[in-house]
Amino acid sequence: MLAVYDKTIIRGGRVVDPASGIDAVCDLLIENGRIAAIGENLPCEEANVIDAAGKVVAPGFIDMHCHLRDPGQEYKEDLVSGTKSAARGGFTGVCCMPNTRPVNDNASVTRYIIEKAQLRGSGVHVYPVGAISKGLEGTEMAEIGRMKQAGIIAISDDGKPVKNSNLLRLAMQYADYFGVFIMSHSEDKNLVGDGVMNEGYMSTKLGLPGITRAAEEVMIARDILVAEAEGKRIHLCHVSTRGGVQLVREAKKRGVRVTAETAPHYIGATDEWVAGYDSNCRVNPPLREEEDRLACIAGLCDGTLDAIATDHAPHHQDEKRVEFHIAASGISGFETAFCVSYTELVKKGYMSLSQLIEKMSAAPAKLLGVEGGSLAVGSAADVVVLDPERELTVDAEAFASKGHNTPFHGKTYSGAVCMTMVGGRVIYEEA
Amino acid sequence: MNLKRKDLLGLDGVSREEITGILDTAMMMRQVVRSNNKKTAHLQGKSIVTLFYENSTRTRMSFELASKYMSAAAANISASASSVAKGETLIDTGVTLDQMGTDVIIIRHPMSGAPALLAKHVRSSIINAGDGMNEHPTQALLDMMTMREHLGSLDGIKVAICGDVMHSRVARSNIYGLTTMGAKVVLCAPPTLIPVHIEKLGCTVAPTIEDACEGADVVMGLRIQRERQQKGLFPSVAEYCDNWEITPERVALAKKHALVMHPGPMNRGVEIASSAADGPQSVITQQVESGVAVRMALLYMLTRKEGQF
Repeated sequence: MLAVYDKTIIRGGRVVDPASGIDAVCDLLIENGRIAAIGENLPCEEANVIDAAGKVVAPGFIDMHCHLRDPGQEYKEDLVSGTKSAARGGFTGVCCMPNTRPVNDNASVTRYIIEKAQLRGSGVHVYPVGAISKGLEGTEMAEIGRMKQAGIIAISDDGKPVKNSNLLRLAMQYADYFGVFIMSHSEDKNLVGDGVMNEGYMSTKLGLPGITRAAEEVMIARDILVAEAEGKRIHLCHVSTRGGVQLVREAKKRGVRVTAETAPHYIGATDEWVAGYDSNCRVNPPLREEEDRLACIAGLCDGTLDAIATDHAPHHQDEKRVEFHIAASGISGFETAFCVSYTELVKKGYMSLSQLIEKMSAAPAKLLGVEGGSLAVGSAADVVVLDPERELTVDAEAFASKGHNTPFHGKTYSGAVCMTMVGGRVIYEEA
Repeated sequence: MNLKRKDLLGLDGVSREEITGILDTAMMMRQVVRSNNKKTAHLQGKSIVTLFYENSTRTRMSFELASKYMSAAAANISASASSVAKGETLIDTGVTLDQMGTDVIIIRHPMSGAPALLAKHVRSSIINAGDGMNEHPTQALLDMMTMREHLGSLDGIKVAICGDVMHSRVARSNIYGLTTMGAKVVLCAPPTLIPVHIEKLGCTVAPTIEDACEGADVVMGLRIQRERQQKGLFPSVAEYCDNWEITPERVALAKKHALVMHPGPMNRGVEIASSAADGPQSVITQQVESGVAVRMALLYMLTRKEGQF
């Protein structure tokens, strides 16, 4: 049990805060849950001292896209295990998608999520995403205004793309009135057909039905064009293809109000991993090819892709220990997000540590309009302490998440999360 | 010779020596099939189970007869494809069979990779009798046995495969096996039934069926299921036949001694005309006989331990 002081000092770490342009070895003083000072040799009387020498101190990560499965599928994950897992991954805020049971398409479900997260969660801020349509059915709009009042951060029919373009257009107009934006799962289900992996050489070789990249790109193009015509904002979830990145890049150039994310598995794995039919590689959108992986990295580097979001999608092992075709889609992603991203992006020289931290904290905070993502004096003390150069071997069995479904199990990466703090309170500390 | 592997999940990665060994053993086994006393002791004391999640006549029957001709204890389980999603899991079924002392589990399953999943969790040897669109190795082996007998060698021969390549596990296994043995494989199908980058598996795609048949040593048909037309992969059977049906006229473009083959069951008048299927160059019925021999060889070679006879 840590002693309770209202003063904490994180001593001697390399403070990397892209939002305020700081990258220096110094101390971080936290008072009453906020950053009180940054500087060298800050006085530490009556303060709880956290030694961060040799470590990196950064704003806590913010995940724009995850599935906490609560209410309704608590056997996969719940708000307790999910927020614990997020804290272990260095996240201080997460946006949970509405495909719960019941669907988060009304204010009472929204309130349930927020209250349970506050009462029983690890301390990570939980920002629920409401449904665009009632029951995610793509026909009638959900009560966006009431959900906003209850605390939703955005709307999405994640997992079930809005097929009806006019509904998308109307929801964009209507949601904008309440200051809510759409996070789109862009996928044409007709083009997906019965596909279970990326269409390419690997799907042909494995005899698994493929999903053409066009399934994603057609809907990205549609979403962009509708947003452009309306002059409204749209955020594209989990972009995974080279063509998708290019569509976003061109739209941004034209001034469309489009933002986009990709996930660690699209920059850290390809469809070659499916060889052997490992159902932990089943995810939607599917793992793509090397050229797509490189395009997602390039998109992150040139700003086309604004943020890295996990699409944390925990499943019970029973749903994965089956034939690839009937295995549930998704990867438990909180606890590998940093090490995979750090290894693939920073260690391999594509971007600086500061840029990566920006993609995982400042950028999503800004897109969501939430506190966090900054260590500037006065900001909430949502902080993560990292040991980027420490090697670790992913052990899915040791996850705090109930979902042990990850293609990264047994692989070695660089980048440990040592401590996570929300509002000045340590919510995760490495054993 | 025996196989230095626990399972036969496909012909991808199976060496020329292994294939030759299986085909040579199968030639000996065929003597048993043709004899008056179809009983040997090769599998005495062994337990063989066929676990089929899809319908099958010839594959299942030939495995069962192969087991019985060689004195194995043979049993079979049928599971309807609809029970796959809601019933006992494949792994649980496999482990259960394992506990009953099975030596070999022969599995057919509508989903690619199911035999690989099973193999990871059981002690028994697994033989893939067809999984989804992936592989059907024993079919390709019996095809190669039939070809080799008629043509002398597989080296340098041209095999035209026409029909639903996309959904065909027979096509994939034949591509792997035949190219390993030095044959040239040419595919032909409507563009909607050719999977992407199939040529990277070592075959070529012919622009027309005439090109495919030209100078071929073997013209092989693949079943066209009616559902493919309903799913919009081609507009009508009539138009399919105009462009891709194996007919005597098209077979005439092949070499004089060319063989007409089909894994069965045939859709006469769709992928193959009866006049071609029943013509003098057809070896379709002989393929069935080769099937029993190949499966006997394989069961024997997989269950035999080093140094045993």
